[in-house]
Amino acid sequence: MDGAVIQTAVRKKKSKVKISTVVIYVILIFWAVLTISPFVWVVLNSFKPSADVLRSSFTLPNPATMMNYENAFGKLNVLKAYGYSFTISGSVTVGVMILASLMSFGLTRYQFRGKQFVRSLIVASLMFPVFATIIPVYKMMVEWNLLSKNIAVILPQIAGNLSFATIVMTGFMQSIPLEMEEAAYMEGANVFQVFLKIVVPLCRPSLATVAIFSFLWSYNDLFVQKIMIRDPMKYPISNLLEEISSQYGTDFGLMAASVTIIVIPVMIVYILLQKNIIKGLTAGAVKG
Amino acid sequence: MLYKKKWPLLIFLVPGLLFMLVFLYIPFLENIKNSFYDMAAIVKMPGTDWEFIGLDNYKRMFTDPDVRTALINSVKMMVLTVIFEVGIAFVLAVMVTQVKRLQQFFRTVYFFPVVISATAIGLLFKLFYNYNGGMLNQILEFFGKEPVNWLSPELAFIMVCIPTLWSYIGFYFVILLTGLSDIPDDVYEAASIDGCNRFKQVFYITLPMMKPVFFTSVTLAVTGALKVFDLPWIMVPNGAPQGVTHFLGTYMYQQAFGLNNYDYGSTLAVLIVLLGIAVSRGIGFLTDDPEERRNRKETRRRERAMKKAAQLAEKKGGAA
Repeated sequence: MDGAVIQTAVRKKKSKVKISTVVIYVILIFWAVLTISPFVWVVLNSFKPSADVLRSSFTLPNPATMMNYENAFGKLNVLKAYGYSFTISGSVTVGVMILASLMSFGLTRYQFRGKQFVRSLIVASLMFPVFATIIPVYKMMVEWNLLSKNIAVILPQIAGNLSFATIVMTGFMQSIPLEMEEAAYMEGANVFQVFLKIVVPLCRPSLATVAIFSFLWSYNDLFVQKIMIRDPMKYPISNLLEEISSQYGTDFGLMAASVTIIVIPVMIVYILLQKNIIKGLTAGAVKG
Repeated sequence: MLYKKKWPLLIFLVPGLLFMLVFLYIPFLENIKNSFYDMAAIVKMPGTDWEFIGLDNYKRMFTDPDVRTALINSVKMMVLTVIFEVGIAFVLAVMVTQVKRLQQFFRTVYFFPVVISATAIGLLFKLFYNYNGGMLNQILEFFGKEPVNWLSPELAFIMVCIPTLWSYIGFYFVILLTGLSDIPDDVYEAASIDGCNRFKQVFYITLPMMKPVFFTSVTLAVTGALKVFDLPWIMVPNGAPQGVTHFLGTYMYQQAFGLNNYDYGSTLAVLIVLLGIAVSRGIGFLTDDPEERRNRKETRRRERAMKKAAQLAEKKGGAA
């Protein structure tokens, strides 16, 4: 008798737990759908003529048309815009990686007067939003005749990512024990060989982090591009998108195709490297 | 030994510092200086001298109704990011820790919008909001309702906030989830042995132990809200409609690069910096209790003393 009561009680508890788990799963999956469905919607609609996007955006494309993509690649120079974007973001990434690793090496391996000051300067510059430096930088670019050239975007973006990158890398380099470097020195290596052959290879994980956030921040940024690149023939991808939205705002199929063209490559890279990307973009945050 | 010679430092530190000097520190100071001038043109040329006008730009700022709108919108956005981004992210993160399967899947999916540019997301939501056959109005039509002008002056602000908030929840979700997994399991075990149910555990264990992570998240969310530009600019350029959707960033851009009021733009940039500093200080102050602060001071003092002692010992050792 008692046993039965306990048994039902146990069963009750079990089923209660189950219900709450189900509810949790339902909510989590609901949110996942809410996160992904806009992208699915836009990809599907990019294969429809504009009139269909306006009338029946929830049906599958029937028949699927490539018209919007032909339009996008024909009218809009999407490939060239990609080229500019990759040149800019690639250079920013490489620049940040080189400068940040040099700086953090100097800051972690050497004792010198004013070190604390340099460090606090770097931390302080995290408080500078891009708005606070862009007008004088724009002025410089005008004076140097660099407007509408890729370099006008690259230079300020390197500077903008550098402080954060240095902070991430300094944290990592500090955790590398000095023994190996000293051993190499005993074998006759100089400081630069030690840096290039030992420290940099050991820093690969943090370099990956730095590369990821520099590239994505640069690739996704519209503000600096918009200010520095004035020539529509030289628009990188975000600029081009903005132009599409203001000029072809009524061509829904074309807009859907353009969004898809932007989203798909990022999505592929994201699926391949998701762990690194998530880590890269949240790196500094978790530490703080 | 290896790092005794100091001259290589020049090669390690100078390039990076030079970069920051030229593209961050000097422009930052110059921007402050510019806010006290009347800049006739961006580049000084004969006939377009800049005139020192003291605080005129600041006076203008305090009476400019658009600044008020932008300021209110930006502050509202900060509050919304804390409540909805960090809030929803926390609820989702706690839920994910309660289930065993699909954790990795949820992480991947929720984070995805973070890697998509705000420009693309803005364009996407423009398609949703369009009056003539946008997705939302198609749904309304399906249910036999009248179409709504989603970007009307009354709705525009909230309609711009929705994609901004939605796209970044995954970011805070990952940060908070990492924080949650850092709480040791035995704390929860001890609590459940003492008869503490799951809800109570969240309130009495998770929330207090997550304080530092919350602090980081809230700071990031609030300063992030201050930097909003791309998305509102794509969806409602120039504060459309009727200037009701201005944010500090978009208004600064419009003044400086749309209307060539570089000096006034610089002044607005100073306002953004000051607000950023004030708000992050404020959060620090609110989340800090005095006892912790005292403790931290004490540890820092002790650390410094230890370091000094170590240095002294090293010197002595080196001499001997």
